[in-house]
Amino acid sequence: MDTLIELWNYYAQNYSYVWEEFYKHFLMSAYGVLFAAIIAIPVGIFIARHAHLSKWVFSFTNIIQTIPALAMLAVLMLVMGLGPNTVIAALFLYSLLPIIRNTYTGIRNVDQALIESGRGMGMTKFQLLRMVELPLALSVIMAGLRTALVIGISIATIGAFIGSGGLGAIIIRGTNVTDGTAIILAGAIPTALMAVVADLGMGWLEKRLMPGRKKSNNEQSNAI
Amino acid sequence: MLKIKNVSKVYEGGKKAVNNINLHIKKGEFIAFIGPSGCGKTTTMKLINRLIETTEGDIYIEGENIRDKNVVELRRSIGYVIQQIGLFPHMTIAENIALVPKLLNWPLEKRRKRAEELLKLVNMDPSYLERYPDELSGGQQQRIGVLRALAADPPLILMDEPFGALDPITRDGLQDEFKNLQQSLGKTIVFVTHDMDEAIKLADRIVIMRAGEIVQVGSPDDILREPANDFVEEFLGKHRIMESRPNLQTVKQIMNKNPVSITEDESLSQAIKMMRDKKVDSLLVVDNDNILKGFIDIEMIEENRKKQSSVYQIMETNLYTVEQNTLLRDTVRKILRNGMRYVPIVDEEKHLTGIVTRASLANIVYDSIWGDQELIP
Repeated sequence: MDTLIELWNYYAQNYSYVWEEFYKHFLMSAYGVLFAAIIAIPVGIFIARHAHLSKWVFSFTNIIQTIPALAMLAVLMLVMGLGPNTVIAALFLYSLLPIIRNTYTGIRNVDQALIESGRGMGMTKFQLLRMVELPLALSVIMAGLRTALVIGISIATIGAFIGSGGLGAIIIRGTNVTDGTAIILAGAIPTALMAVVADLGMGWLEKRLMPGRKKSNNEQSNAI
Repeated sequence: MLKIKNVSKVYEGGKKAVNNINLHIKKGEFIAFIGPSGCGKTTTMKLINRLIETTEGDIYIEGENIRDKNVVELRRSIGYVIQQIGLFPHMTIAENIALVPKLLNWPLEKRRKRAEELLKLVNMDPSYLERYPDELSGGQQQRIGVLRALAADPPLILMDEPFGALDPITRDGLQDEFKNLQQSLGKTIVFVTHDMDEAIKLADRIVIMRAGEIVQVGSPDDILREPANDFVEEFLGKHRIMESRPNLQTVKQIMNKNPVSITEDESLSQAIKMMRDKKVDSLLVVDNDNILKGFIDIEMIEENRKKQSSVYQIMETNLYTVEQNTLLRDTVRKILRNGMRYVPIVDEEKHLTGIVTRASLANIVYDSIWGDQELIP
């Protein structure tokens, strides 16, 4: 009970600081995923067309995934120095695998009959991608972004060790003081909350982007 | 219209899919390519819209070599229908139909009108325009698939077993509908199928292929009358050659002219009595002008005998009929393939004029096997 009161007091006294760190934390995660998406989606599309390359790309991104987060941050720190940019770079690397894999799967899973009828009707390669493959793969790609974002939020917490700030900073502070349970919670709860909300939000978006009958379903439910 | 000249397709590794094919197709002609699987019929079709490139030889459309054309423009000017239908699940029916017009940058208004117009052509309600493909039945989907190929009004349409994945009854209906459509629109069709009945029914000329080569080209009647060799004969099947005997042409000639029928306002007990007297288990129902309305059978009477009392309340109105001037071979095929016990025969105004049962088919087969021999002295 004491802890809860302490927690409450911490928030009451430091709400603007917590909010700032929350915001910073979210931005770091989002930028990492965003930059990764800019690279990973085109790469995913590319290797979906050139399947023999997919092996190499997947082995490479898999290797990245096996590096422990702290080690990755430390190595990047040697090159890029302290601060949030280094964390964003790490998140970028970790996000590559889920996004590339899902883009690859999404594009590969588009029914060959649809590709053939699109080609047969005279779509250019780009039109085929824009009008058929991407819309149909979009929900799978979104699922990749979702995974990446949730992983990103958790890894960004560790970023506090290399001075990037974020909610991790609050947690570390809690571990450094005696009886810091409340402070640890003050950092951990918003982090978890952010991950859950991001997951739900992206999940909702993913469903919205499912190809097919969603619009008419809405109409039907409106009618009833 | 379409000229295929010395065309061959050799795949990497030297496999010859199509070997030196020559064919002239006239405007408005319905050509069916047929043959066992792997005979090169689909490959030949895809050479025309360059989904597969020819290795040797040339194809001309309206005198223009397709090699010299932009491949994307070429495909937009040719309709294309595939067996798997290939409607885009994320697009509405309207968007699916008007896809090629969209690629051709027609204004939205015009695309919309075109989609509506086409939907009317197959008697589908305009409310379908806003639906999505997975809300439609297989038959309806392939109707849309065909409309999509017609959307930009191409003179030539390629079809790769378009009705192959449908159930026999839907397929039959769609074939009739499509044949009418093709004749009224004057399109040139190149149609690939492995179903001989379909080819005979639809095509003006049939191209029979084997191992990448053309074995025989001719109208269905020519091919049935004079199969070029044993392969064709076997491929056609003996029963079809028999069915095409010239002295038996229309259904009218073989039908039983006195079908057991009952008027719709009769009582059920009357119906049962009539079944017993005539020794049949179902009756055709007509109105006072002898126009066919439906049928009832013994099970339907048994189920409803306590609730209803007159014939029109329980009769089944959904029944398959054949017009009396239909070619015999089409009807025979329908009966045999769809497993029907009988088909009522009607005239143009839907008056019941006769019935063809499986028993009458037995007579035809009997005649064609033994009848000829009796004539030989």
